[in-house]
Amino acid sequence: MRSLQARYTRDRLILIVVIAGTILAALPLTLVLGYALVNGFSSLNWDFFTKGPKPPGELGGGMAPAIVGTLIITGTGLLIATPFGIAAGILLAEYPENKLNPTLRLLSDTLNGMPAVLKGLLAYVLVVKAQGSFSGLSGAVAMAFIMVPIIAKTTESVLKLVPWNIREAGLALGLPRWRVILSLVLPAARAGVVTGLLLATARAAGEAAPLIFTAFGNSLLTYNLLQPMDTLPLRLYAYAISPYEDWHRQAWAAAVVLLGLIVLTSLLARWVTRGR
Amino acid sequence: MQQAPVQSSLIKQTPSAIYRLWGDRIFLSVVLLLALSIVALTLGLGYYLYLGGSQAINKEGFWGFLTGTTWDPALKLEFGIWPYVLGTLITSFAALLVSFPIALAAAIFTAEYAPRWLAGFINYLVDLMAAVPSVVYGIWGIFVLAPFLREVIYMPTFLWAAEKAPGLVPFLGNPAGYGMFTGVVILSSMIIPFTAALSRDAIALVPAAQREGAYALGATRWEVMQTVILPYARGGIFAGAMLALGRALGETMAVAMVIGNSNVLPYTLFGPASTMPAVIALELKEAVEDLHYSAIIGVGFYLFLIAFIVNVAASYLLNKLKVGSQRA
Repeated sequence: MRSLQARYTRDRLILIVVIAGTILAALPLTLVLGYALVNGFSSLNWDFFTKGPKPPGELGGGMAPAIVGTLIITGTGLLIATPFGIAAGILLAEYPENKLNPTLRLLSDTLNGMPAVLKGLLAYVLVVKAQGSFSGLSGAVAMAFIMVPIIAKTTESVLKLVPWNIREAGLALGLPRWRVILSLVLPAARAGVVTGLLLATARAAGEAAPLIFTAFGNSLLTYNLLQPMDTLPLRLYAYAISPYEDWHRQAWAAAVVLLGLIVLTSLLARWVTRGR
Repeated sequence: MQQAPVQSSLIKQTPSAIYRLWGDRIFLSVVLLLALSIVALTLGLGYYLYLGGSQAINKEGFWGFLTGTTWDPALKLEFGIWPYVLGTLITSFAALLVSFPIALAAAIFTAEYAPRWLAGFINYLVDLMAAVPSVVYGIWGIFVLAPFLREVIYMPTFLWAAEKAPGLVPFLGNPAGYGMFTGVVILSSMIIPFTAALSRDAIALVPAAQREGAYALGATRWEVMQTVILPYARGGIFAGAMLALGRALGETMAVAMVIGNSNVLPYTLFGPASTMPAVIALELKEAVEDLHYSAIIGVGFYLFLIAFIVNVAASYLLNKLKVGSQRA
């Protein structure tokens, strides 16, 4: 056995190492946030939100088509993904006796961890190839593939937070199980379910990889889902690898917008699930 | 005296037979059908990627496609994906090695040492970190990290090696800033939150009685950690590392933006390299030949195989240990 003094010294040394590790872990995020704010915040102006991109080399312009495209593509993706994700969440939380649940949970978690670029590739094979051209729709399908397992997971966990008494009260009044779920459990968990949908949307909205070869990008404003469409991450990527100073500035501004979206939704999620 | 039956508009008639007898069955079938499409989607992902890549895979053979070192979509139309596989495996495992001790330290600090308010704040940062879009890490990598590493690490090391140890130069490679090392650094920062969050959950699951027992025997904080908490939480920590590895394997944009995208073997420490997700993202929309398309989707199929194994293992462990069940 070491002397007491040696053990205390060792304990303190470890604490220093642990604190150093924690600082190192928080460093990248702090730097990314800091640089994005410094480089991008000043470029956020009215033009950024209302104008389209200018030809290469010209100053000014904005990302209106990309912002509209992001809203349309993630919105459509959410519409496609919601029924599947919520149904899976209901099955996992409300029917614990179902024999398929362990398999469903395993594969849903697996799907959640699978590379987003592969989900984009599947959307490419299923939609772009069938349609014969790049389109916002194929991007929305890729977004839906990303959202479904996230929605399933969050729905399952918030439904499990609803007390069993509520279900028992409903069943004791003679309501069938499906009415208990639809009229008692889901309304009780509404805020949590909606937060899950928001988190999934925010996660998908930041993805660029699966959209490069599905939504493709488009410098003109379009509302047509069958046309190629722009999104913020796509435009950010295109501008970041371009040689133009002014485009770099706008790419940083897009990064600030994306970060703002993430921070907002995560704060909202914390607020809704507070005290649990 | 007999009372008359109560009459009220509030008492409704008995609901229809569909509602009473079939409602539950219909509801369960609909829910089951929708939920099972997730299973179909996961398995269909592998099936369709195989189908799409079969033209190239059949031409080169299952192993030939994997181990071929020439990727030439322009002249010879020869497709071997080994440079990409190697790039993915090296960067992912190196990133895991770098990030694991850092993430574990953060988890230990928030779970055992930090006051509550600080732990809450750090946990929020860590969760936020997992949600930051890949392209945002990427733009930071291009304009901040790569130039910084070039000035501070690559150039000095390269100049030192050129003068004192010329034998090392071929292993160091081009110190331009965009290459394998930068890719590993950015990948490590991105996967920290996955290991950190799950390790923290696993540590929180250690029964208080075990800790208290060890403290009562006179152990210091670190001794409790070393002899009681870490051995107990081992499984969850391992699963968290697997999950982080899965994320690293599939990380696309941030890596593609800083790794230099060269498929010429052998790779060097600082020189450009490429990964499987990067080649899919960058080449698919520019492909012209059918065989090239098929080869890129084939890369996706092999990436699916690797990522599927890692993710199934991680999900299985996490579900079994009930770690991180509240996380999306």
